[in-house]
Amino acid sequence: MPVLFQSILPEILLLLLALVLFIFEPFWKGERPRSGWVTFYGLLLVMIASLLFGVPQGSQETFGGMIRLDWFAFLFKMLFIFGAALTALFFMDQEDLAHRGEAHLLLLAATLGMCLMASANDLVMLYLAIETTSIPLYVLAGFFLHEDASTEAGFKYLFFGALTSAVMLYGLSLLYGFAGTTSLPSLGAMFGAGQISLGVLLGILALIAVGLAFKVSVAPFHFWAPDVYHGAPTAVAGFLSTASKAAGFAVLMRFFLTAFPRAQIPWPLLLAILSALTMTIGNLLALPQTNLKRLLAYSSIAHAGYVLIGVVAATQLGLTSVIFYLIVYLITNLAAFGIVMVLGKRLGSDQVSAYNGLSRRSPWLALALLAAFLSLAGMPPFGGFVAKVFVFAAGVEAGYTWLVFVGVLNSIVGLYYYLNVMKYVYLYRLPGEDEEKHPIVLPRAPAIGLGVLLLGVILFGTVFAPWFGLSGQAAGGLF
Amino acid sequence: MQFPFLSVIVFTPLVAALIILTLPAQRKNLIRSVALAAATFDFLLSLWVYITYLTQGLSGYQFVEQYNWLPALGITLHFGVDGMSTPLILLTGVVMFTGVLISWGEERNGVSAGIQERPREFFAFLFILASGVFGVFASLDLFMLFFFYEIAVFPMYLLIVIWGWVVTREYAAMKLTLYLFVGSVISLVGALAMVWVAYQNTGVLSFDLLQLERAGFSAEFQRLWFLPVFLGFAVLGGIWPFHNWSPDGHVAAPTAVSMFHAGVLMKLGAFAALRVGIMLLPQGAKYWSWLILGLATVNVVYGAFIAFVQTDFKYVIGFSSVSHMGLVMMGFATLTREGLTGAGLQMFSHGVMTALFFAVVGMVYDRAHTRHIPDLGGFAKVMPYAAIGFIIGGLVSMGMPGFSGFIAEFPIFMGVWKTQWLIAVIAAISIVVTASYIMLIVGRVFFREMPEALAHHHIGDITPLDKLALVVLCLFMVGLGWFPGLMVPMVGRGVEYILRLLGGA
Repeated sequence: MPVLFQSILPEILLLLLALVLFIFEPFWKGERPRSGWVTFYGLLLVMIASLLFGVPQGSQETFGGMIRLDWFAFLFKMLFIFGAALTALFFMDQEDLAHRGEAHLLLLAATLGMCLMASANDLVMLYLAIETTSIPLYVLAGFFLHEDASTEAGFKYLFFGALTSAVMLYGLSLLYGFAGTTSLPSLGAMFGAGQISLGVLLGILALIAVGLAFKVSVAPFHFWAPDVYHGAPTAVAGFLSTASKAAGFAVLMRFFLTAFPRAQIPWPLLLAILSALTMTIGNLLALPQTNLKRLLAYSSIAHAGYVLIGVVAATQLGLTSVIFYLIVYLITNLAAFGIVMVLGKRLGSDQVSAYNGLSRRSPWLALALLAAFLSLAGMPPFGGFVAKVFVFAAGVEAGYTWLVFVGVLNSIVGLYYYLNVMKYVYLYRLPGEDEEKHPIVLPRAPAIGLGVLLLGVILFGTVFAPWFGLSGQAAGGLF
Repeated sequence: MQFPFLSVIVFTPLVAALIILTLPAQRKNLIRSVALAAATFDFLLSLWVYITYLTQGLSGYQFVEQYNWLPALGITLHFGVDGMSTPLILLTGVVMFTGVLISWGEERNGVSAGIQERPREFFAFLFILASGVFGVFASLDLFMLFFFYEIAVFPMYLLIVIWGWVVTREYAAMKLTLYLFVGSVISLVGALAMVWVAYQNTGVLSFDLLQLERAGFSAEFQRLWFLPVFLGFAVLGGIWPFHNWSPDGHVAAPTAVSMFHAGVLMKLGAFAALRVGIMLLPQGAKYWSWLILGLATVNVVYGAFIAFVQTDFKYVIGFSSVSHMGLVMMGFATLTREGLTGAGLQMFSHGVMTALFFAVVGMVYDRAHTRHIPDLGGFAKVMPYAAIGFIIGGLVSMGMPGFSGFIAEFPIFMGVWKTQWLIAVIAAISIVVTASYIMLIVGRVFFREMPEALAHHHIGDITPLDKLALVVLCLFMVGLGWFPGLMVPMVGRGVEYILRLLGGA
């Protein structure tokens, strides 16, 4: 297959899938959520086809340097498609999403944008990809028109997104103005030669960082996250907090490593400060939360901080650990949001107090929540532990011991609020009721999704060598 | 290839936990039987490992298994036991076995002993914990050591919060978990620093403990990192001033968990502090030994005095654990042959002893529904086995000759005397205090007339399974006291190895 096709094979297939959905959806009637299953199986097929035909050999640039095909891009594309497939499964449990073809269409469009984000090699492509991702997500966040919270979430997300995007675009245009090129590698070569003064560069860097920090919800651009996750449909919030965040980090890594040589520009130190700030703010604000979705929102802010430790290290191990962390985080957090979603529907609330007696009503869901939360807290034998140790190891290796100390102290705070939820699940009981008489039974779609995700959480925490190898290969694509 | 004894020992509880989770919750006796079968199997295997090590006069790391786990970072699944850890593997086997026996309990005459509420989850979490503990004692890889160490920490939270003492469980469980997690993550940073410096020194990236021993850390590096690493682990060993979680945790935990906790988990902290702190950073240990010795002395004396003034039966035992674990730390801090040997023996002896203490406290509490010592009395008549067991444990605790406590504490004091005689004198006060609180308790709880309020309760005897557990525990304490040769030479050979790392100090 020609490289030209190969480099955008997943994107082409995603578009085809979207067309199929677009054409046939109006004719599907009845109770069964067909568009959900079609999206799910379609995404699986896209993944299989890409794995069969789209695996990159070495790193290549196509479309005149617009797109870069390497393992880094490929791995992230597979990750996004996996995340989207699981999200499609979860859509089927939310009535207002399950029978709406346009929700699935938007999901596919956002996924397509993310795939382009991972492989963008040029400022123009980069910006287009980011917008292609963001706009469908704004709509998805506000998809429940009959709910004020959802509408508010959509609007807030759009407002913040547009603002930061504009700031970033301004930075990008300045970059082009000074450098005269939009290609990331040539920018890197130019800055490496020291042709532009450091002060100007730092200013531009700050403008661009605003846009990227918003996408990955790094402090001080994290304010939107709790409100949006809270108001958006839970399945969408899960997708926002995982795939969208991973895409942001993919761009962040590619952009900073390719375009800004570390030798000339001290961006690791800047990111280190942001990382410490983000971890601390995220974890401390998560402490008083009583709403599970808000709690997960703040926890996801904190996790962005942990991931940044690896970016700061910017060594082979550092980037490997970032990619590993993002994969584990995507799996774990999708599981956490998935559980919150199915429970929110059946308990009628996302408040932590609604979870009283859960371990008696559904022992397996309780165990699943335990596994997901312990993984988020960084406890073995779940993936979160291994991912955290790798990130911390990278930090220590690169000489950022202080940052690692901030990280480990933060993970203690994290453990507190995650365990606190388990207290409701396992200890507290519903007043005057026999919980065993009210079991919670899951339909097939979310059950499959949660099963796959939990298997992943355990697999990444025990047999981590192959995944680490893949992450390493992907990180190699950046250098 | 040899039969992978250690892997089987480590993973049996984990597999058992998974099997138990799939059983229906109402079949309580089936769940207990599976748990007991797994615990017995593990106990026998650990006994087999111990006896093999003993009778074949082995030394160094034995039963070694090594599987590549993550070659890119030099992480291997590396198991092996030496003279120090073999007794601890046996200890874990013993406590696991007796813990399951005690938790079986009974439900009649208004007595609800053992675990009657949700035994399925209880045994599953307890076994996950046991897996972690076995894993730490057997690990020869730093990464895996942390891996198992954390596995041993988090089930504790659930075990205490769900089945603990209603009054303090939420507070105590969170306090305990956070203390232990703080300690372990700080050690983790130190461990990562060690791995990278070793990589720079030797050019080999490896988490293997045996490799790291030869890494040649500079004296400066060792001095800098020894305290965080050692104290981080020693939090779980109950070192003063980070002991605070331990009495609260012991008291709030259900009986079997207290047994596990004081009997095995605190050894986990001490063992890891020795294995990672002292053995990888020997020069740091020498530099800071005075500080550890000082802290441990506070543990020993202060713990004993606080235990003396408690009126809650379980708090007495909880603080006595703090005091006795101080002796272990003290033995470490001497860095002498006598001190380390004594510390190794004390870890085993105290583990068995305190497991027995907590078992008896649990039996008394389940029947009297109070632990307030002035309200108790006359239990020697209704439960003679428990009384005799407690007295034997008490004698061990006082360090009476003929019991395991003597052969453990005597060398520790010898070692301390050799390093700093004044400390030995101060610490010896604790022996007197220990003797007095143990005798007071024995007198009040077991031999005084039973108070009126209790006599109405028709308190009955303990179950045959409880008796079996007590007999097993007592056998180890008396056997070791009469035949020190069963363990002293083995621990001695383990200490040889440590002394070589310390440069023949």
